[in-house]
Order: sequence, then C-alpha cells, then structure tokens
Amino acid sequence: MSKKSFRAALNEAMRQEMERDPTVIALGEDIAGGMGAKGQQDAWGDVLGASKGLLGEFGRDRIFDTPISESAFIGAAAGAAVAGLRPIAQLMFVDFFGVCGDQIVNQMAKFRYMFGGKATTPVVIRTLFGAGLRAASQHSQCLYPVFTHIPGLKVVIPSSPYEAKGLMIQAIRDDDPVIFFEHKAMYDDVEEVPDEPYAIPLGQAKVVRAGGSATVVASGRMVKFALQAAEAAAKQDIACEVIDLRTTSPLDTRTILASVRKTGRLVAVDEASPRCGIAADVSALVAQEAFASLKAPIQLVCPPHTPVPFAPTLEDAYIPSPSRIEKAVRDTVKYGT
Amino acid sequence: MQMNSEQLIAAYRGMCTIREFEERVHKEFATGQIPGFVHLYAGEEASAVGVCMQLGATDYIGSTHRGHGHAIAKGCDIGAMMKEIFGRQGGLCKGKGGSMHIADIGKGMLGANGIVGGGPPLACGAALAAKVKKTNSVAVAFFGDGAFNQGTTLEAMNFASVYKLPVFFVLEDNGYAESTASSWSIGGHNPVRRAEGFGIPGLRVDGHDFFAVYRAAKEAVDRMRAGGGPEFIHVEFTRYYGHFEGDQMTYRPPGEVQEERNFLDCLKFMRARLTSSGLVQASVLDQTEREVSALIERAVNDARAAAPPDPADLLTDVYKDYAGELA
Repeated sequence: MSKKSFRAALNEAMRQEMERDPTVIALGEDIAGGMGAKGQQDAWGDVLGASKGLLGEFGRDRIFDTPISESAFIGAAAGAAVAGLRPIAQLMFVDFFGVCGDQIVNQMAKFRYMFGGKATTPVVIRTLFGAGLRAASQHSQCLYPVFTHIPGLKVVIPSSPYEAKGLMIQAIRDDDPVIFFEHKAMYDDVEEVPDEPYAIPLGQAKVVRAGGSATVVASGRMVKFALQAAEAAAKQDIACEVIDLRTTSPLDTRTILASVRKTGRLVAVDEASPRCGIAADVSALVAQEAFASLKAPIQLVCPPHTPVPFAPTLEDAYIPSPSRIEKAVRDTVKYGT
Repeated sequence: MQMNSEQLIAAYRGMCTIREFEERVHKEFATGQIPGFVHLYAGEEASAVGVCMQLGATDYIGSTHRGHGHAIAKGCDIGAMMKEIFGRQGGLCKGKGGSMHIADIGKGMLGANGIVGGGPPLACGAALAAKVKKTNSVAVAFFGDGAFNQGTTLEAMNFASVYKLPVFFVLEDNGYAESTASSWSIGGHNPVRRAEGFGIPGLRVDGHDFFAVYRAAKEAVDRMRAGGGPEFIHVEFTRYYGHFEGDQMTYRPPGEVQEERNFLDCLKFMRARLTSSGLVQASVLDQTEREVSALIERAVNDARAAAPPDPADLLTDVYKDYAGELA
C-alpha cells in the first residue's frame, strides 16, 4: 500500500497486466511519444502521462504509437482482439469518437451478437473525459451515456485512484469490449492504493457513504463532489447515502433500488448532458421500480443542455457543483414540510 | 505459377459453388422466403477464390456486405451459411447476423460487414496480432470501389504501410458503388497509383480471369509472408445482380449484364482454359458442377426445413458475461 495518483494507479494496472499476460498490448496516439522523431523516446507516455515507462519495459513490439488515425487503430484493436490479443487502445479524448464511431459502435460492440456468440473481443478503450480544464467544447465532453446506450459495450467510470487501478485490471481481463473513462481533472488525485494487482468486478456499485435521509447517485468526478455535498449536508443533520456507480453498463440496479427503498429520496447527479443521460436513466429506473418508496420528487443535478464552454466563469457555471448537489439534497429532504 | 489438376478442379469447384449459391439465393429471395437485405457476389467469383487459395486456416479475411463469396472461399460451411441467410436455427451465426454479417472467426473469416469500409481496419488488427504473436499469418481486406473512398480504408492503408503489416488490400471494383459509377467516384481514376501513394505496391487485375487474380495474389501473399509489408490489387469485373436484391438497376445501360454473362464470365473462361489446354477433362468439370448443384440443393432444402430461432435466444450472445439486466 502506498499513496498513488490516479495517473500512477492506471500506469501500475497496465504494467502489471502486461507483465502477467503477454497478449496485452497498448496502442494509441503518443502513448509512448516520439515515434520516428529524433528526440527523446517515451517523450509523453500518452497525453497525460499514464502510460509513461511502458515503452522501456515492453518495447515497440507491444507499445504502438500510432498515426493520428483513430478509425485505423481503434478498428485494428478490435481486429487484433478477435485474433487473440488483448489490446488497450487509447482514444485520447472521448470527443474524438466522432471520427471512429463505426469501429466502436457497429464493429466491436456487435461482433459477439452478430456472429452468434463466436467472437470474443477483449478490447479496452481508455479515454479522457470531463470538464474542468478549460479545454472547451471539443475536449471536455462526457459522452459515456452514448456508449452506455450501445448493447455489447461495457462502460467503466472510476472515481478515485484505488478504483482506477482495480477497474482497469478487471477491464483488461474482461472478455467484452470495455470503454474506460478517465476524468482528466482527477489525474493528480492521490490516495492509498495497494501495490499488488487486484480486480474490481464490473457491475457492482459501491456505497461510498452510508446514510438514511437521501440517496445520491453519481459517477466519476461527481462522486467526489457528492461526498463534499454530503459532508455539508451532514452539518445540517441530513445523512446522505452516496452511491458510486463505477459502471454505467452493467448498471447495478439492485444497489440503487435498495438504497432508495431505505431513504425514500433520490438525487441523481451526472456530469453528462441532461437529455438521455445517466441521471435520467437512474431516475426512470427508480420511478418504475421504487415508486412506492419515494417520499419526494426525484432531483436531477446535471449541466445545462449546452456545449462545454471555454472561459473559466462559464465553465464553472456549467459543471454541477457540490453546492448544487447539496441544494438538491436539501430540497428533497424538505419536500412537503 | 504451377497449379496441379487437383488445385485447378478445386478452384473451379469453389467458383461454381459461389455462382450456384448466389443464383439460388436470388431465386429463393424472390419467393419471399429470405428476410432482409441480400447482396449477391455472382460475377466476381474469381477474386474470392483466386485470393483465398493463397490462404491457410490461420490467415484472416475481412469482407464486405457482398460477402457470401468470400465466406465460401474461406471455407465457411455452406449449409450453415444458407440457414443463416434464411434466418434459421443452425445458421452460422444462429440467425442473429444474416447475409450481411456472415462470419466464422475460427475459420479466419472476420465477417461480412454491413458498413462500407468497415473491414480494412479490422484486417489491420488481425495482421497486427500476427506480427505480435509472430505467426507469419496474413490478413486480406476485401473491399469495394465504394469503400475505396471511405476514410477507414485509406487510414487502414496508411496504418498497414507505416507498420509494414501483412495486409493484402483487394479492391473489388464491380463498376458501381450502390448506383454510383466507380469511373466517376474514384478521384484520380487510378487506384494503383493511389495505393502507391501510401507506399503500397499495386497491380490492376482482370477480374474475369481467375488465373490473373491467382497469380497476382500468390505473388503478393508470398512477398507479405517474406516480410514485405502490405500489398494492393485492383480487381475489375462486374456484378450480375443489383446492389441489393430488388434493385432494378436502372442506372445500368440495357443489356450490360447479359453482355458480361455472354462474353466475360469468369467461369466460362476458366472452363474453356482448362478443357482446351487438356489440363482437366470436360467430364470432370461436369461432374463437379453436378456435385455443386446437389450441395446447394441440399443446403436450400435444409434451410427451408430448419426451425426459426427460439425467441428466448434474443438475449444470449450479447456479452461473454454481464452482471446487469438485458431486459
């Protein structure tokens, strides 16, 4: 056990799995950096440095810097997976899925079903997501609801360094295509992370704070914000139960419903756009399956239905904040009083 | 290039099987027994067979929406293919894929593909796997003249070029991308030169001539197995049917298909070559044709008789394992 950043936890997960399994390869733009150039090799170790050092350990036979050519290398990852490798492909920012969507949505996601169960496609697509770095509209989206919508894909959204390592190891070992979302504003978050490999199963949400007054469901960076909101609410004698979804596909409906049946109140938090998002999905689930338990209308905390803006004042107004979550908690608890 | 009589008969049998299969699917489709979209390969047989005869069980092919011929040439089971096209139990993909998604990964067939340009990146991946695992396998990307203008295909060609991957890019130019003429849609009008722009050696091949395809494919695959990197051929021919079954083909001049059938049929050419040269006796080819007819007849009868999939199978094969609910 030692303190590790989100970045270091991801790095350790990939390194340990590559050491354990020679069929694991990594490919993507600048995942080492410096390919074909005359300067330093492993210059970047991917755009935020999570794969730094893998080149030195595993060499160019397993670490593939690619041309800026997402259709080619994401598709190649799918083809290599059905041909017996376990590729980790880095789609630098999830916003770029627009140029390789077919290979994800129509190819890898559907092989197993279309081919009558004969294909196994163990691909991980690592991708950066989320607002907060002033990266504007084409480098800040969440988009995980898009992938959650697609049968055949699994969608993982770690909320901390510990979660990042365990979920990445499971994603690499998993036999289905996994889209692995890394929040770019969490890369320097630090916590105690075991040194040895461990896997967190996909499809098991985690109750990160227990409480009886209201259920707050969140994922990724919003888990951190929800915990801050819960801390503030606790000072007003409101006991929030905070659930980290960990994965939006599979969705752990049992943990969500058990909590809402206990608290009678739901605050669904989502950093993704509000229409057809995860907050809406969780709300529909609760409305259908736990209607009788509800003591108050469901509260949704989402950004507005706008692109992510650039200027700090605009972006700060865009991102769901701990105080907005806290207000939603107070509103649901006060309902009817 | 020397082919013994056994190989020659196998080549003829392969092409006949594809032709007979497609002619029967055309007829059965017209009776309304086959659901969905079907795209027939008749007229293009020399390409699939000439290329796939260079491949072994551990080599891969990526295919197209017009994929029956590639599947047959790569060794997919004829009966299971027919059941799949009919959407029946025992289909190669359990009735979940249909004509556009026929695949058999175990045979190296990465799938017919409903997306124009979907296959070339996948073939690159199979070739990358061969390189990492040092198996000396190769991958073939079959794609049409429509896909030659898709970014996925062009990205895949560059990708294969920079890594020197053993990917054989086979452009099957049947003259029409859906209803649009390839003579218009391919900018520069010179596919071989386009390939050469990626650093990939290319050759234009008469797709009516099995031996021309076979020779070009053999040389290309031999060079790839020796570590030479990707290869390209531009195979020209025509398709005997529409883009899809039901296409009235009003964009084609009257008589075009009949003329091709009369004067440019790859099967007639091959038969004439084999018999006139004395390499194979006509009676042997007749016997081959009878056997193929019986095989396809049986496949159609079995497919018609097979039960439809159980609705309970709707929820299987989505994931290898999944902790959530699908319904």
